[in-house]
Amino acid sequence: MKRRAMVLLKVFSAAVLALWFSNVTTTPFTAHAQGAIGQPAGDPTGAATGTAADVTVKDPKNPTLTEVMDTVGHNRIAINIMWTLLTGFLVMFMQAGFALVETGFTRAKNAAHTMSMNFMVYAIGMLGYWICGYALQMGGVGGVAVLGGAAPLNHEFSISLFGHSFGLFGMNGFFLSGNTYDVGVFTLFLFQMVFMDTAATIPTGAMAERWKFSAFVVFGFFMAMVVYPLFANWVWGAGWLATLGKEFGLGHGHVDFAGSSVVHMVGGVAALAGAIVLGPRLGKFTKTGEPVAIPGHDIPMALLGTFILAFGWFGFNPGSTLAGGDLRIGVVAVNTMLAGAAGAFTAMLYMWLRYGKPDPSMLANGMLAGLVAITAPCAFVNSVSAVLIGGVAGVLVILSVFFVERTLKVDDPVGAVSVHGMCGAWGVISLGLFADGVYGDGWNGVSGTVKGLFYGDASQFAAQCVGTLTCFVFVFASFYAFFKLVEVTLGNRVPADVELEGLDIPEMGALAYPDFVLGPGSPVGGAASTMSGAPVGASSLKPVRGDAT
Amino acid sequence: MKLVKCIVRPDAVPDATSALECLGVSGITVIDVRGRGKRTRPIGDFRGVKYERFLSMSMLEVIAPDELVDDIVRAVIDHTRTGEFGDGRVLVIPIEEGYSIRTRQCGAA
Repeated sequence: MKRRAMVLLKVFSAAVLALWFSNVTTTPFTAHAQGAIGQPAGDPTGAATGTAADVTVKDPKNPTLTEVMDTVGHNRIAINIMWTLLTGFLVMFMQAGFALVETGFTRAKNAAHTMSMNFMVYAIGMLGYWICGYALQMGGVGGVAVLGGAAPLNHEFSISLFGHSFGLFGMNGFFLSGNTYDVGVFTLFLFQMVFMDTAATIPTGAMAERWKFSAFVVFGFFMAMVVYPLFANWVWGAGWLATLGKEFGLGHGHVDFAGSSVVHMVGGVAALAGAIVLGPRLGKFTKTGEPVAIPGHDIPMALLGTFILAFGWFGFNPGSTLAGGDLRIGVVAVNTMLAGAAGAFTAMLYMWLRYGKPDPSMLANGMLAGLVAITAPCAFVNSVSAVLIGGVAGVLVILSVFFVERTLKVDDPVGAVSVHGMCGAWGVISLGLFADGVYGDGWNGVSGTVKGLFYGDASQFAAQCVGTLTCFVFVFASFYAFFKLVEVTLGNRVPADVELEGLDIPEMGALAYPDFVLGPGSPVGGAASTMSGAPVGASSLKPVRGDAT
Repeated sequence: MKLVKCIVRPDAVPDATSALECLGVSGITVIDVRGRGKRTRPIGDFRGVKYERFLSMSMLEVIAPDELVDDIVRAVIDHTRTGEFGDGRVLVIPIEEGYSIRTRQCGAA
């Protein structure tokens, strides 16, 4: 067998060499000369590729202006659709990033369960969004010019109050059927769907290691079909937050370029409501309420996931122009990477100075915090503001993690509430402060560019505050009620013995790591105890079993 | 016939095994273990909260004829000792009987 392979390899190599040699010896030194002897010429520099000959016209001798304009228009939209699809593909891959971050920050005994939630939220969310989420969100946006119109999305349900119109939800595009069978509508579906899924996968981190899989499935549909589409409609689908400018003179209305509030804050606030209703993991707090460390089982996995997310953000933010022809994408992309870097750096400095070590998990949270914060303002600020916004987010996220854990006593294993909720809020607020009035002419139907408080438009800042407050109140109330309803019907939480054993077998039927003996990982059972200010092993600080509520 | 259990630092395993080889001991079982001693109580730090973790150690198990035990203990200690806390333990335990599965023979080999 081996000898035959060697013979084949030799024959093949000889053939390749012979071909190459014959080409080299017969090819003249210039491409033009080759054309002269009857062979079609190659175009190695690309300078001669794409000419008037590539424009489809009836009579090549007399092209009409209409024919040329059609081609130009088709190409313009083609570039935008290509751009929107490609950046949407990047955002889809962020699901992998979320899966790795959340699984890495939690324990090995639950890894198959945590991974499966991140995996299935893609499928569940997409189906729910196809059924009605997309229609409710974008069905009344009134066309998307840069994607060639998407004209069928033209029916917004609005109510009139005090002489003002309030758009509430869209009415076209259910099941992507009827006249919404359209390339522009479908392209926008892909892009908006992966954004929705980002919001839907955020709570799986905060609620990991104790959430019933069945309850999670119901949650996935509720997020994709109801809560996310409604809030997104209000901001992006021509709903009432977008028209705050037109109707009430508040700047350009609530402006959120790529979703600090629409995507991240919605996810983060839902995560907060879920983590509160669910209660902390067994052993997370001592009897006296001291937080106990429950180390994640795979830090390299979590940091790899963070990098994947940072990569996907190049789709998230620049893609939100929905137009490859909008060259502001250069600024958007650079602002995005700068803010992520600033967030990681300030988080590192803060942990290093305050706790003596940089802490890898906080580095990851810091970078994500910067990225989340710049998501709303990325198109409206300069690079100095971007670094500032990201840098503030890097410290804010750590303070928020400690606040959530030590003051609110809410157990959020991965910091999702802080990264997405707190820094999402900071992102939309920061737009109202730092927008420099260069970009966004005519945004949300208000003439002039988008300016923040520091550039002279206090009303824009007010609009951002209204949007942030609305997001918190609406999403928290919806999800708190939802999780309470699930609590009394299906149940949100696995039984204590399942939690101690690990959710992989009881909930999923398969272990993530069947070939390994897993360490305790958890402080339950006395593997670890808190150390805050007390002598090691002091019995009063031993974590307690069964203090779930 | 004795069972010699040597709990040593993981990085000292190659030194210990080569020392054992020099004594003609070829059969060695190496087990990854975690634990702590009187003075070695390592502290971990995750997201700003400190916790007590276990030290990773390696346990070598050797079955030795009685007359070789002293040499083995001395060799392992000489080749793994740093003088710091956390160097580990060597335990000598009597074995009532031992069998080779392949040969069905009773004995140290």
